[in-house]
Parts: sequence; structure tokens; C-alpha cells
Amino acid sequence: MSEFAFENRIWELDETLPRGELQALQVERLRQTVARVAEVPFYKAAFAKAKVTPDKIRSLEDLARLPFTTKEDLRQHYPLGFLAVPREKVVRIHGSSGTTGKPTFVAYTAADRELWANLCARFLVAGGLRPKHLVHITFGYGLFTGGFGLHYGVEKVGAAIVPAAAGNTPRHIMLIQDLKPQVLIGTPSYSLQIAEVARAQGVDPKALGLKFAHFGGVPWTEDMRFQIEREFGLMAFNNYGLSEVIGPGVSGECGLRSGMHIQEDHFLVECVNPDTLEPVAEGERGELVFTSLTKEAMPVIRYRTRDIAWLDTSACPCGRTGARMSRVVGRTDDMLIIRGVNVFPSQIEEALLRVEGTAPHYLIEVDRPGAMDVVTVRVEMRPQDFSDEMRQMEALRERIDREIQSITGIRVDVELVEPQTLERSAGKARRVIDHRREKGLI
Amino acid sequence: MKIKQLSVFLENKPGRLSVPCKALAKAGLSILTLSLADTRQFGILRLILKDWEKAREVLQGAGCVVNVTEVIAIEVEDRPGGLADVLKIIEKAGVNLEYMYAFTFRSEDKAVLVFRFEDPDAAIQLLQSKGVNVIGSVELFDRAKR
Repeated sequence: MSEFAFENRIWELDETLPRGELQALQVERLRQTVARVAEVPFYKAAFAKAKVTPDKIRSLEDLARLPFTTKEDLRQHYPLGFLAVPREKVVRIHGSSGTTGKPTFVAYTAADRELWANLCARFLVAGGLRPKHLVHITFGYGLFTGGFGLHYGVEKVGAAIVPAAAGNTPRHIMLIQDLKPQVLIGTPSYSLQIAEVARAQGVDPKALGLKFAHFGGVPWTEDMRFQIEREFGLMAFNNYGLSEVIGPGVSGECGLRSGMHIQEDHFLVECVNPDTLEPVAEGERGELVFTSLTKEAMPVIRYRTRDIAWLDTSACPCGRTGARMSRVVGRTDDMLIIRGVNVFPSQIEEALLRVEGTAPHYLIEVDRPGAMDVVTVRVEMRPQDFSDEMRQMEALRERIDREIQSITGIRVDVELVEPQTLERSAGKARRVIDHRREKGLI
Repeated sequence: MKIKQLSVFLENKPGRLSVPCKALAKAGLSILTLSLADTRQFGILRLILKDWEKAREVLQGAGCVVNVTEVIAIEVEDRPGGLADVLKIIEKAGVNLEYMYAFTFRSEDKAVLVFRFEDPDAAIQLLQSKGVNVIGSVELFDRAKR
């Protein structure tokens, strides 16, 4: 049985709405949202095609009649083609970096910004933030939503902020040493950078006195959480969001930290098979899809996040009734379709983790030499996994083989390779080589 | 009585064996004996060297995955049935032998073999009690010099 490490305080009572009431509220709000976006050109056309009008929305099942929205759709209506209110009503524009050059813009009305602050306050309070705290924010303040969103949330709670923003690690360390904040906000990887630089300066990261950290903005692992908590002697919390939906504040962990509570009174969530777009069973991996329920400036209908996670609607002892989502375990862009089965590199990693404790370096190679897809997983050997006995080595290979099969449902060839032989580009590992793509087979 | 053995992971690809061998040669370390076990995809090179600690460093420096295990060196009579006699003792006692290989040198009418047991201490006790000569590292490297 998990226990709370601190008092379980709840920011807004709406977080604990019984699920029946919550669903009734969602239907009502979905209808309002459909009405609100009815004049947005993209939705106007899509609704006409699907013959949907607001009065057709009578239950949550009716969500299935609505069209999906993709990042590409937003891009095609650059810069503000998805605005559902007159430009004068907009008080803020943020953007997410585009890999193709131009960002995707999102907009907020005054009410949206207020909502955003409240949603961030919810997960911050759930993760231990109190008005007495001093908070050090290492997120950049700019078009990116991370800095401002968390800033508003902390302000809402009534705690004090050091808006240190991105960059210059020694300066961060100096500020933390001198001002003694209890809470750190930023990306998990940056906190490790702070720890490393601190140690290089002869400063024990634990001596910095941080007690809580709220991380988001990038996918991270449970391994990293343990490492960060050990380094700093703090409790780290995960939160999730994306600018197209609102920014941070879509979901966040409570004190029990077994999944992130989705703020379902403001966002409808679906978890779908990215190929068929059909819902997956609860607990199964799929692509998260969000529909705004209360946003004014730029509501999105069934926005495909391309983030892979799973959902859990079981009751949480903390009292919050919002469904919990897992960490983001992959992106649909990383998904491989092998003999008709969806496979994510993170599943291979999970199998290796189960067999060897921590995941070694690996590479997934997919090819189609004949009619069938063939997958080879190359795993770099490490001293702790290596044995002088052939029997043990074969057993290791078989265990990896079995775990991969039990997690993904497909058979692969496992090859053990020498260390440092798998390609690394700029320190980041390349996880997949799909020869089928080079051959034009997919 | 136990002797340190280095084992090195190798991919079963042309030229892979020469990497550890070249590294040891460059460091002036000579290999007393070795064995290579291999499958279609990978192999395990096992080495006995006098200065195994230095050798381990050299091999790790060359990017190899290296393990150290304890093996024992056993003297058997160099005649038909010499090895069979020793194996009979091992078999009878139900001691688990993982693998074995030989040294290239011999003294008088005796050959020396490397045995890897699951439990080397129990094996030493057993063999000595049956009058088998288990050779310690000092004597082993001494004999190799002769």
C-alpha cells in the first residue's frame, strides 16, 4: 500500500467529481465546444462532411462522430487559422517549435490563461507545493509554454518564484545556494546537468537543499527519477502537457505517483490505435487524443498527440477522480509495424530492462528479405551481463528473446554485440534502422 | 590453488579475434594458453596470462568486455586414459564441470589442463583427496618458463 509522504491537499473540489457527474459535465462541455468551433473553417468543413451539429452531441459515444485534428492540420492553417474567437479577445500567443521551420501557434483568451494557471496549480499542489515555498524555475520563458505555464501555476498557489529561466548552469547553482528554494521546476535532464556541474564544483547536490521537483516538457524514465532523487535527496513529480491542448497542466502526478491524473473536467481523453484510430482496451498502449472542453481561443477536437501511453481509470486513494495516464513511453513516429503488429522501441527497452536490470545499448533492425518482416535486436554486451560460460550466454540471449516476445508478441532475432559498436549520433542513440523504408517497401 | 582466467566477448566476425591479441602483444603480455568457444553469432575467448590484472586493463582499454573467473590447473598423466581417470573422479562425485582446455607445455610425462568448475573449492578438495595434482599459479607460471 502506497502512502503519502506529505499531506494530500486538493486545490479544487472539481478534481474529485464522482465519475458519473464528471461524464455528465463532459458531455455538456463537449456540446459547448462543438458549438464554439463551428465557425472555424477546418471544423466547419469537417462537421458538414460528418453531418454533426452541437445538438447531435448527447453522450460521450458521440465523440466518435467528430473528426480528428493533427499537427499537420494546424500547420496548414498557419498562423492562426484555428482561432475560434476574434483576434482582439486573445491575450497571449505561444508556439511549439516546428522541426520544419515555422512553429505552430496556439492562443489564449484571458479565461484560458486563468484556466491554465489553475490547472498547473492543481498538479503542483498535488505534488507538495505550498504557499510557503520558494520555487526555482529553469524553463525558458518564451514561445514555449513550459516557463509561463508553471510560473502562473506557482503564482496561483501563492508561492514565491525565482524565474531563473534557461541556461548558465553555474548561475543556477549560485542562485539555488544563495536563495535556498525548496522546489525545482524544469526538465529532468537539466536537473542532472545541475547536479553534475555542482559536483564538479565540489558541491554535493544534496547540500542545495531542494525538497521537491516538478518535471515535464520531455519524456523521461523511472530510472531517471531514481537517479535524480538520489542525487538531490528530493521527491520528483511528473507532469504532462502540450501546447496544442493548453501547455503544461493537462495531467500531473499526485503524492502517490502512480500515473498522472488527467484534468478530465477540462480535457476529454481517448487512447487509440494509431493505425485504425479505434480505441484500445484500458491499460493497453495507444496514442493519446485530447479534446478541449473549456478552452475559448483555440479549442481542439480529438487532437492526436502522437504520444504513446496507457490509461487507468481505477480509483486513486488520493481522491482525485481524473483517469491516470502512464508516462509517455514513445511517439507514434517511432512506432514500427511488424507483420501487422505495432511495436515500439520502448517495449524492447522494457524487455531488456526486465532481463538485465538496466537497459544496455541496443539497436532494432527491421528488414523484409522475402515476404516476411524480420527483426534483429542487437544488444551491446556489458561486463555485468557477460559470462565466461557459453551456457549462461545462451540463456541470456534466450531470456531477452522470450521477454521481447512476451511484451511485443513478435519473434525477433537477438544478437549480442561488442560494446561501442552500435552507432551513436551526438551522444544520442539511434534505436531503429528500418531497411524496409530504404527499399521503398513501406 | 586457483588461477585467474580472463574471458573476452567477441562477435563472430572476421578480424574480431585479432583485436584483443594485438592489444596484448602491444603491451608485451604473453598468453600462456587460450581457448575459444563460439556460436554462429558470438564467441568467448578465454585466456590465461601471468599478469592478468595488467592484461585486463589493456583489454578493457581496447574496448573489450572482460570478465575474470577462477579456474584450476590439473596435472594428468600423458598416456591413454590419463584424462579419463580424472574425469571419472569428477563424474563419480557429481561435481559440475563447465569446460576444460589444455596448456601447450608439458613437463616430463605429464600434461596440464585448465578446468572450470561451478564450485572450484569443492573440486580442489575432491581432486586432492584422490591424489590428483592441482597446480597453483606460482608453480604453473614457473613451469611455463622452463
